[in-house]
Amino acid sequence: MSAAHGGYYLPDPTKWPTITSMGLFLLALGFILKLHHLPPGPWLMIAGAVIIVLMLCAWFGQVAVESEAGRYDAQVDTSFRMGMGWFIVSEVMFFGAFFAALFYTRVLSVPWIAGEELLWPGFEATWPSAGPAGATFIGPDSHDVGPGQFSTIGAFGIPLLNTVILLVSSVTLTIAHWALKKNQRGALNFWLFVTVVLGAAFMYFQVGEYMEAYNHLGLTLGSGVYGATFFMLTGFHGFHVTVGAITLAVILVRCLRGHFKPDEHFGFEGAAWYWHFVDTVWVGLFIFVYIL
Amino acid sequence: MTTTVADHHHDEVPKGITRWLFTTNHKDIGTLYLWFSFTMFLIGGAMALVIRAELFQPGLQVVDPHFYNQMVTVHALIMIFGAVMPGFVGFANWMIPMMIGAPDMALPRLNNWSFWLLPFATSLLILSLFVPGGGPAAGWTIYPPLSVQGGMGVDLTIFTIHILGMSSILGAINIIATIMNMRAPGMTLMKMPLFVWTWVITAFLLIAAMPVLAGAVTMLLTDRHFGTAFFDPAGGGDPVMFQHIFWFFGHPEVYILILPAFGIISQVIPTFARKPLFGYTSMVFAAAAIAFLSFIVWAHHMYTVGMPLSGELFFMYSTMLIAIPTGVKIFNWMATMWRGSMSFETPMLYAIATVALFTVGGLTGLMMAITPADFQYHDTYFIVAHFHYVIFCGSVLGMFAGVYYWLPKWTGHMYNETLGKWHFWLTIIAFNVTFFPQHFLGFAGMPRRIPDYALQFAEFNVVSSIGGFVLGYSQLILLVVVIKAIRGGKKASAEVWDNPEGLEWSVASPAPYHTFATAPEVR
Repeated sequence: MSAAHGGYYLPDPTKWPTITSMGLFLLALGFILKLHHLPPGPWLMIAGAVIIVLMLCAWFGQVAVESEAGRYDAQVDTSFRMGMGWFIVSEVMFFGAFFAALFYTRVLSVPWIAGEELLWPGFEATWPSAGPAGATFIGPDSHDVGPGQFSTIGAFGIPLLNTVILLVSSVTLTIAHWALKKNQRGALNFWLFVTVVLGAAFMYFQVGEYMEAYNHLGLTLGSGVYGATFFMLTGFHGFHVTVGAITLAVILVRCLRGHFKPDEHFGFEGAAWYWHFVDTVWVGLFIFVYIL
Repeated sequence: MTTTVADHHHDEVPKGITRWLFTTNHKDIGTLYLWFSFTMFLIGGAMALVIRAELFQPGLQVVDPHFYNQMVTVHALIMIFGAVMPGFVGFANWMIPMMIGAPDMALPRLNNWSFWLLPFATSLLILSLFVPGGGPAAGWTIYPPLSVQGGMGVDLTIFTIHILGMSSILGAINIIATIMNMRAPGMTLMKMPLFVWTWVITAFLLIAAMPVLAGAVTMLLTDRHFGTAFFDPAGGGDPVMFQHIFWFFGHPEVYILILPAFGIISQVIPTFARKPLFGYTSMVFAAAAIAFLSFIVWAHHMYTVGMPLSGELFFMYSTMLIAIPTGVKIFNWMATMWRGSMSFETPMLYAIATVALFTVGGLTGLMMAITPADFQYHDTYFIVAHFHYVIFCGSVLGMFAGVYYWLPKWTGHMYNETLGKWHFWLTIIAFNVTFFPQHFLGFAGMPRRIPDYALQFAEFNVVSSIGGFVLGYSQLILLVVVIKAIRGGKKASAEVWDNPEGLEWSVASPAPYHTFATAPEVR
């Protein structure tokens, strides 16, 4: 950086984004072909996914190297902060669409369908509901589901445990952050490791819940609007937890290599923001999907 | 490796195709966006001509109805997501750093990514026309159940929308970071040029609206392939819910398409009226008010769907409120011109036409805002006329004004004024010949998105089709004007126009590859 020339940071031409776009194209095209059972589909998907992963690794790797080399000034740091912050806002809006679908079906469309006595005689508006032509709800956590019936996952078993796990993980992450600020590298590594383990534990329980739902409760993506909203909300959340945990794991590796300084560690903070966001979404899910 | 502008290759311009593939320069990326936008404009325009050819006579003669529906759908998607949105991002890339005294965009690599997502995404969409079952044919709003029933083309469209949405969100994040973080010392928020202001507001709209569309089409995808019942009443869902979610995105989207155009003409009109912009502060707040209102008016697109009366009333009144900030803007533009020392070069002609003809579209919008009246207009050619008056005359003419205004700054050469005027008059006359009669067709009850029509609509459709073809081919003049200006012509001075306002006029024409490596002082 040369302060005499204003000190603005500009990166050189880069090939990562263009090739990542191509990978995304292949992934999307392959997925569509697979949906229609056309043979090259899975191969294109694998090729696209490999390209995306390699390019993102290279891209983020380069950014990490540049960051450690001290190439970024305060202005670049602010740009990164704004970028990450507004990216999280866009994610909030994405989840907003699915929460809106949950509220709309629950408050409006199911009661409206029940009001159509001529179209769907005998259909009562209840929640959970799989609609007039869907399976019947027989109460939560019931393993006696016959054909045409479904049960749901009660709030105060594993979901409550998962809530505690995620909330605790936010605390451990904050402790790690404090340790980084005080330059206590041992504590940083330990508490960050604990956070990643808690994230993995959450996913372990979540996958177990999905298997329980599919194998014993008769609750699937096809269980009407309840199944649809349940699996889309928790599924996208689970995907975000996975991404967040992988990000934190990468940050952990960087911490172990001695990256980040007590006063300069946006990579850590960006990942932490994302983790807290994922955590907050879960609280919303726990309240509106599981409890209410 | 990374370098700063201060390093050895300060003004070295990379050569060859990789310059464009791998560029992190805001001017290169702006140029890519603008050429991409123009290419899409011609492709989408060609599709419009297929539509107009079919409607030249009643009966079916040129294409079959299914292909007609695909043309209607893909024309709209290409024009909205391929031509207008990227076009404005191109302007943002070129002009915002120069207007705020920054050396480049805040996140240059991300900038490259936002652009290069576009060609890949639109190739998916265009590919959809060649797969079994053809492209999407449910209209650009892709309402279920039609869009749940379509073939592989709908899936290609869904992923096109996902990737285009990513591109828009990343672009918007970059623009916000640039404007909030890269301004030269002294460039306070209320000193920013209005184009910068309208873009920062647009970027907020993009970040809030595009992810909602992504959610909507994701639900469509799972309804199509994974057995969910979001839009299926048999499973407790509701196709009307798609309309609500879609238009929660869709209405902010139309302001995403129009606000940057408002910004451009707010730059152009003061220059050629030789007066400062009237009511700068009220312009900023009006744009912000329009943006806020855009999130609480969405259901005015669906009055006839069977909403509760309270909903119809709420959306009617909230929609009519938009006329107030929009009226403030129109008033301010006219007050800027009032007693100005006006001259009428091509950019000014386009800016005036934007004000005049957008107002026509705005007023028909007010007519449709009135719920009981809208029951008559809904899904007729009146709607088609209305949105072409706002999107073509607002967004596209605004963009034309910007192209002619800044072309000398981009290329270093004055454009050919005679050709510019030909382009202007042919476009304006042909546009009105094409779309004004569609108001009457709509009143008389001609439904939109149908390839055939009753005999009594024939005369107006003949007129409209003739206008459409003249309008389409006239756009080739713009191509000639731009290519001529790139290849040569009268040298443009740094100021280009008569004492225009703004930092972009303080650098040479053409603007150097890197501008403002040292931040300018703004008084």
